[in-house]
Amino acid sequence: MDQLQTYLIVAAILFSLGLFAVMTRRNAVAVLMGIELILNAANINFLAFARFGGMNISGQVFSLFVIVMAAAEAAVALAIVINIFNNFKSINIDEVNQLSR
Amino acid sequence: MITLGFWFVVIMTIAAAVVVVGSRNLVYSAVGLFFTLFGIAGLYVFLWADFMAGVQVMVYVGGILVLILFGIMLTHRISSVNISHTGLQRSLGALVAMVILFGLTYLIQNTPWKWVAGIEPESTTYEIGTLIMTDYLLPFEVASVLLLAALIGAAVLSRKNP
Amino acid sequence: MNIFIKYALVIYFLPLLAFIIQTFFGNKLPRKGDWVSIGAILITLTLAISMFAGMLLNYDPDFVVQESFTWMNLGNFKIEIGFLIDNMTIIMLLVVALISSMSHIYSIKYMEGDPRYHRYFSFLSLFTFSMNGIVLADNLVLLYMSWELVGLSSYLLIGFWFEKDSASNAGKKAFLTNRVGDIGFFIGIMLFFTAIGSFSYSDLFAGVQAGKIAGATLTVAGIGLFMGAVGKSAQFPLHIWLPDAMEGPTPVSALIHAATMVAAGVYMMVRLFGVMTADALLVVAYIGGFTALFASLIAITRKDIKQVLAYSTVSQLGYMILSVGTGAYIAAFFHLLTHAMFKANLFFGAGSVIHSMHHGLHKIDDHDTDPQDMNNMGGLKSKMPVTYISMLVGSLAISGVPFFSGFLSKDAILAGTLAYASHNPAHFLLPVFGFGAALLTAFYMFRMIFLTFHNEPKREDIFGHIHESPAVMKLPLILLSILSLFIFYTLPHFNPFSDMGWFKHLMEYKDSFVPGGILAHSTEEGLHHSHMTAMIMSLIVAAFGIGLAWLMYFKRSISAEKVALAIKPLYRLSSGKFFIDELYTKILYKPVLKLADAVAYLDWDLYDKYFINGFGRVTTFLSNIVGKIDYEGIDQTLVDGIGRSANRAGKVLRVIQTGRVQQYILFALTAIIILLIWKAS
Repeated sequence: MDQLQTYLIVAAILFSLGLFAVMTRRNAVAVLMGIELILNAANINFLAFARFGGMNISGQVFSLFVIVMAAAEAAVALAIVINIFNNFKSINIDEVNQLSR
Repeated sequence: MITLGFWFVVIMTIAAAVVVVGSRNLVYSAVGLFFTLFGIAGLYVFLWADFMAGVQVMVYVGGILVLILFGIMLTHRISSVNISHTGLQRSLGALVAMVILFGLTYLIQNTPWKWVAGIEPESTTYEIGTLIMTDYLLPFEVASVLLLAALIGAAVLSRKNP
Repeated sequence: MNIFIKYALVIYFLPLLAFIIQTFFGNKLPRKGDWVSIGAILITLTLAISMFAGMLLNYDPDFVVQESFTWMNLGNFKIEIGFLIDNMTIIMLLVVALISSMSHIYSIKYMEGDPRYHRYFSFLSLFTFSMNGIVLADNLVLLYMSWELVGLSSYLLIGFWFEKDSASNAGKKAFLTNRVGDIGFFIGIMLFFTAIGSFSYSDLFAGVQAGKIAGATLTVAGIGLFMGAVGKSAQFPLHIWLPDAMEGPTPVSALIHAATMVAAGVYMMVRLFGVMTADALLVVAYIGGFTALFASLIAITRKDIKQVLAYSTVSQLGYMILSVGTGAYIAAFFHLLTHAMFKANLFFGAGSVIHSMHHGLHKIDDHDTDPQDMNNMGGLKSKMPVTYISMLVGSLAISGVPFFSGFLSKDAILAGTLAYASHNPAHFLLPVFGFGAALLTAFYMFRMIFLTFHNEPKREDIFGHIHESPAVMKLPLILLSILSLFIFYTLPHFNPFSDMGWFKHLMEYKDSFVPGGILAHSTEEGLHHSHMTAMIMSLIVAAFGIGLAWLMYFKRSISAEKVALAIKPLYRLSSGKFFIDELYTKILYKPVLKLADAVAYLDWDLYDKYFINGFGRVTTFLSNIVGKIDYEGIDQTLVDGIGRSANRAGKVLRVIQTGRVQQYILFALTAIIILLIWKAS
């Protein structure tokens, strides 16, 4: 637990799982969850490097901004999802193939 | 004891993440995401980032996850059971993800990392607060503008008749 | 760690554990898991009894243990939370554990066959957990958190049968009304925190004593705290939620809306009595006294058996608040203790009656008659002897008849008001409130007893199917009736006319921490002087009230209808609950709606229509001009040429454009992997 690699590998696993979700999920909300996993994996990396790279607090501030960004992203993305649902009565992203209806 | 706790957190995080990407039921996925985010907050604690752990719990678990649950409830229909692609797309995706995971693992294991053994800070809240208000003031303000923009954008987008 | 703290930790967390188990697995467990909650509460009860025994063995009025840990460390200040255990905590823990376990046991039969049986028990456990938090807290943070948690569990349980609109509305009403009080509570807490810089009770008392917060600020902060109690203990003008809360299951009414949660306000006031200034206490006393009289005035015209008890609870809580206001706060806590026993008993009795009425109605296939209406009862005495005796004992206790517990505590409260009025003759209204409410209490309680249990049955068809409740419902009734006898509160003494005993020994008055505030010995002296007068007067009013009820509803020598006709305006006020709800609709909801309409009008009809649309028109005009230049000048010649060539290229390339974003991601990632492998090798 005091090894940089452990954290990086955990982050890599989460990243791959997120990627998998983004590539294979049809449901837009499920894709969004995958994106959250990827962002969190990145955040773990930031904090791990912050701790083991000797730049303790600055790295944490950076990951704070990542969380801010993630919050904004989730809000807008879900708004879009709801909008899509209202227009197409479905949020399967392969059925959504028109910009307006 | 602490090591045991650490591995427990790691395994819980990954297991829950597998549920997130693998479950057939969206609500189960959301519950899995809950445990994943909590586990990640736990990892932050092991990384000496107690404030970040708190923020993680509050923003992700308290905010984003609730938002996602709302998203699910507002858009869920019983007919949409097949939330994943099947067949080629799924197996190709799994293959690509696996290759990337192996590549990353190989990279991580074979890089000669240089690390500094830092000292565990007493409490990070104070220092983060100071940094935000001094060195990172501009990014902080920009972040607030971004959040405002996202707020307005989300409100506009989710209206029935934009 | 002190053994008391260890016990307290178990008492605190066991119901939480039961709640978690019940919530997640309750539905799958055998018997829907009621034994998890009941087991947890019985262990809690055992521990509470052992703590109580430990307290009696100590027999030390100044016994106190405290243990806290740092919960939050934010830069320069930290928030500590922990437990404070003294005699009052232990007594209250026992009350909560006892009534709660009675309620659990009673619910086995009462809630039998409910589709959400497991959820009901999980909510009960959640409530017990939160209530113990209020009791054990040594600081305002834990207090406030638990305060909101009991509010939540109360909301969940009131609206338990949420298929009924009235139940879900009652839940909402309770939650929102409490919120009004909690805002004041929060303001009070924050005033104390900004002045003193700590949330813990001991720092609070020390800060007040040192004068860090004084004068008008302290009064406002004290009244702020009291606002919380007004909401939670259903005092005027926020009393409106408690009668509606009777929509919940009856064991819940007994546990939450009679014995424990509504008493939390009183408990908090007693705990924090030391920081109340004289001005704040005067407000407290008047609100309490007014509520006591006001609620009993409403209670005398209720038709629903649970409504009578609900208003009676409001009135009795008013008593306790009145007593805190007059400085006799130990008397208030004494009344809290005795009231918890006999009022829970009365509610369980009412539940038993309703259960059996419900059963009777079900048998004769009548689904329109209200099983709670006393006009359909009468004569139940012969069919339900145990329920009758226990409710009679409860009514005797609440009316203040000697040999029962209520007599002792009520007497102490009335003595307190008399003592207060003799020191401050200007406030002669306080004892008037007190004795007036005592008279009405005796009257309406016996009105209820006579209407329900005596005379001939009003509905013979239901009466035939009435039967005594099963054993698990009788057990709480019997146990709580026994605990309504005076002897349990006066041991080791046997004098039914004096409250000397373990309680008085263990709970001593302490000097107020406010500089120049009420001193313990002056309160005690005042109580001692007024004791005799108060006792005689309270006996007279109780006898008068019971006698009047006997004449009107048993002998029927005075016709209730004629009396109602003779004082028609008063009767209408009382049966309309003084029209408080209508008043709120008129002065609060309607104006807010009107304001919203006005703002909407400004926004839509004025601003949007003229300002925004005006802009729109100008823009349309301009864009028309620009559009003409663009389309005719640029598009037709320059752009289209490029477009046509792109069109041809697109026809060739469209094959790999599937239009599926996720496949693009797949392609992109594959490309990246290939690039990386090529680079690396």
